[in-house]
Amino acid sequence: MKNAWLILGASSAIARAFARRVAASGASILLVARDGEDANTLAADLVLRGAASCQAIGFDGDVAAAFKDFAQDAVPNVFLAFGGMPGQNEIDADPVALAQTLDVNFVAPVALLHRLMPLLEAAPGGAIVALGSVAGDRGRLKNYVYGAAKAGLHTYLQGLRARGVRSGVQVVTVKPGFVDTAMTWGLPGMFLVASPDAIAAACLSAIAKKRDVIYAPFFWWGIMTIIRHIPERIFKKLNI
Amino acid sequence: MSVRWKNSRVAGWGRYAAASSRVARPERQSELDRALADAGASLIARGAGKAYGDAAQNDGADVATTLRLDRLLAFDPATGVLECEAGVTFRTLLDVFVPKGFVPPVSPGTAFATVGGALAADVHGKNHDRNGSFGDHVLWFDLLCADGQTRRVSPDSHPDLFAATIGGMGLTGIVRRLAFRLLPGTGHVRVETQRIADLDAFFAAFAAARANATFSVGWIDALAQGSKLGRGVFETAEFAPAAPTAPAPKTLPVPLDFPPFALSRLSVGAFNEIYWRRAPAAKQSAVRPLDAFFYPLDRLADWNRLYGKRGFFQFQSVVPDATAFDATRKMLEAVSAAGTASFLAVLKTLGGPGRGLLSFPLRGVTLALDVPNAPGATALMATLERLALEAGGRIYLAKDALQAPAGFRASYPNLPAFEECLQRWDPQRRFASDLSRRLGIAGVQP
Repeated sequence: MKNAWLILGASSAIARAFARRVAASGASILLVARDGEDANTLAADLVLRGAASCQAIGFDGDVAAAFKDFAQDAVPNVFLAFGGMPGQNEIDADPVALAQTLDVNFVAPVALLHRLMPLLEAAPGGAIVALGSVAGDRGRLKNYVYGAAKAGLHTYLQGLRARGVRSGVQVVTVKPGFVDTAMTWGLPGMFLVASPDAIAAACLSAIAKKRDVIYAPFFWWGIMTIIRHIPERIFKKLNI
Repeated sequence: MSVRWKNSRVAGWGRYAAASSRVARPERQSELDRALADAGASLIARGAGKAYGDAAQNDGADVATTLRLDRLLAFDPATGVLECEAGVTFRTLLDVFVPKGFVPPVSPGTAFATVGGALAADVHGKNHDRNGSFGDHVLWFDLLCADGQTRRVSPDSHPDLFAATIGGMGLTGIVRRLAFRLLPGTGHVRVETQRIADLDAFFAAFAAARANATFSVGWIDALAQGSKLGRGVFETAEFAPAAPTAPAPKTLPVPLDFPPFALSRLSVGAFNEIYWRRAPAAKQSAVRPLDAFFYPLDRLADWNRLYGKRGFFQFQSVVPDATAFDATRKMLEAVSAAGTASFLAVLKTLGGPGRGLLSFPLRGVTLALDVPNAPGATALMATLERLALEAGGRIYLAKDALQAPAGFRASYPNLPAFEECLQRWDPQRRFASDLSRRLGIAGVQP
C-alpha cells in the first residue's frame, strides 16, 4: 500500500525538504499550515516532484478528520514540524509569548498527535516523526521555556512510542541541532548549522532503521551527552 | 512578524571586494513584501550568488536572497511551459524535468544558479546560436516593484519593464515567479571532441559548427604563445538517448583557500598542457551525461577557493563577428604575455542580441577567462576590456567587477532607455547594487 503523509507545519524549511523527499517516492501528502497560500504553493511543487496527490489545509479545521478522508486506501504517517522559538527576553517580558511558546511547542503538538494516533493504529505500519530539539535535553539560561516545552514533547513521545509498539505505529523523536531555517537565520552564536535537507534525510533514515530517538546531524548526540553530564551545580553557572 | 535580517559579508563568485549587508532570506512570498517594506536605503535581489562580480551585493544596504523561494508551480507538458518561483535552480530543473523529457532551454555554466538570476543576467549557454539566451524563452514574470506592488510583466502588458528586467541585473525589482519554456531533450548528449592547433583552426571549426550543432564550445589554453596561440579543445554536442555510463562522480569539496603560490604560471600551464594533450587529435565522439557536459566545474564545489582569499576576476567579452578574430588574437596575446595563471579560457559563438535592454549577447564571439587577483591583474583586465570595446564589443555584467562607467555606457547603446525605465518605475532607486553604483546606472552614486 502507498504511504500517505500528514505534514504538520508545512511552511517550515525542514518540512518542505522532508515533503519533497516523500513526494519523490510517490506518496500522497496532506499539508497543514497557517499560511494557506504558501501551503498551496508547496502543494503544487510536490505534485510536480512526484507526489501521487497533494492538498493543503489550515490548522483551524478538524485536521484528524481531514487526514482520515485523505488517507483512505493508504498507510497514514505523520510528520510534525511546527514549533516556535522566541527569544528568552521576549518570553520574560511578555506572558503571552510564554503561553504561546508552551502552546506551539507542547500543548498543540500533543493534542494533535493524540487525536491522530487512533487513525494510525487503525491502519498499522505507519510512522509518526516529530521534531523535538536538543534544547529539550537540558534547561539552559538562554531558552529554558522553549526547552521545557520540547522536553515535555519528548516525554509525551516516549509514552506514545510505547503505545505504538503495541499497535504497529513507529514513533520517532528527532532532535535537531542548529538548522539553517528561518528560526535560526541571523541569530548570533550559531555553529555547525545543518541544511534542512540533511535533517529530512536523517528522518527518513531513522524510519528505515527503526530508530526511536535520533539527533540530527548525528554528532549532536556527542555534544548533548557531554552537556547532559555536566553536574547541575556547575551547569547552573554556565552562560550557555 | 518582523523581517529577520542577517548581517553578512556578501561577495560575488570571484570573492573580490565583499560587501557588508543586511540579508533577508524569505521562505515564503509574503516575507518578500515585508523585506522590501523594511529595507533601508536600498535593496537588491540575490539568487545563488554565482555572478562573479558585484551584481548581487549592496554594501552598507540590504540584500534579499531568493534561494528559499524555490517552488515549482505548474508545468504543461504539451507546451513545455513551466511556472516556478525565482529561487529554483537549474539543478532542480534537471532533476525533475529530464525524466519527463524536458531540459532547460538555456543553461549557464553552473547548475547551482537560480532561474531568477538567469533572467536578471539573461544568461546564455553553449547553444546560443541555436536557442538564444534565457530571456528569449520567458513568457512572463511577477515583479515586485519599488512601489510595493507586484505586477505580472509580459512583453504585451509592460513592454518597457519586460525589456528592462531581462538582463537588468535586478535593478527593476525582484522577480518572484516566472514562466518560461522548457525544451524537449534527454539526459545525455553525444559529444564530439577535437584538439585544435591554433586560433585559425578554432574559428574555422566554429564557422562549420555554428549552423549545424546544437551545442558548441571551445576551451583555449590561454597561456599558449607564438604558433600555439589559441590552441585548445573544441566540443560540439547533440542530445542522445540514454546510454549506459558510469555513475556520476561525487562532488568534491575544496576544503580550504589555496595560498597564492599554488596557482603559478608553471602549475596552471602544466594543467592546460595536459588538458590539451588528453583531447583526441582527430574527432572522437562519446555519450556523456548532460550535467557533465553543461557543468564540468560543478564537480568541484567551491572551486573559487582555488584562487585563494584575494579572489579572482572573470573577464568575459563578446565581439562582433567582423572583428572577432583579430580582437580574440590580441586578447590572447595580452593574457599570455602577462603570464597570469589563467586556467582554460572559454570561447563560444553567440547568435544575436537578447530581448533585454542590457542583454549581453550580440552576434559574435565571446571569450571568458579567469584572472587571479594578483599584482597586474587589474591592468590586464583593463587591457582586455579596451581590446574588446575597440572591436565594437562589450563586457558581460554577470562577470564584471571592474569596469568604469564610460566604457560601459559606450558599449550598451540601450542604456538610456533602461535608465528612463528605472526613472519611471523606481524614481527613488529603491533597488541598487554595488554594480549599479560602480557603473553609475540611472545616476546612482558610489
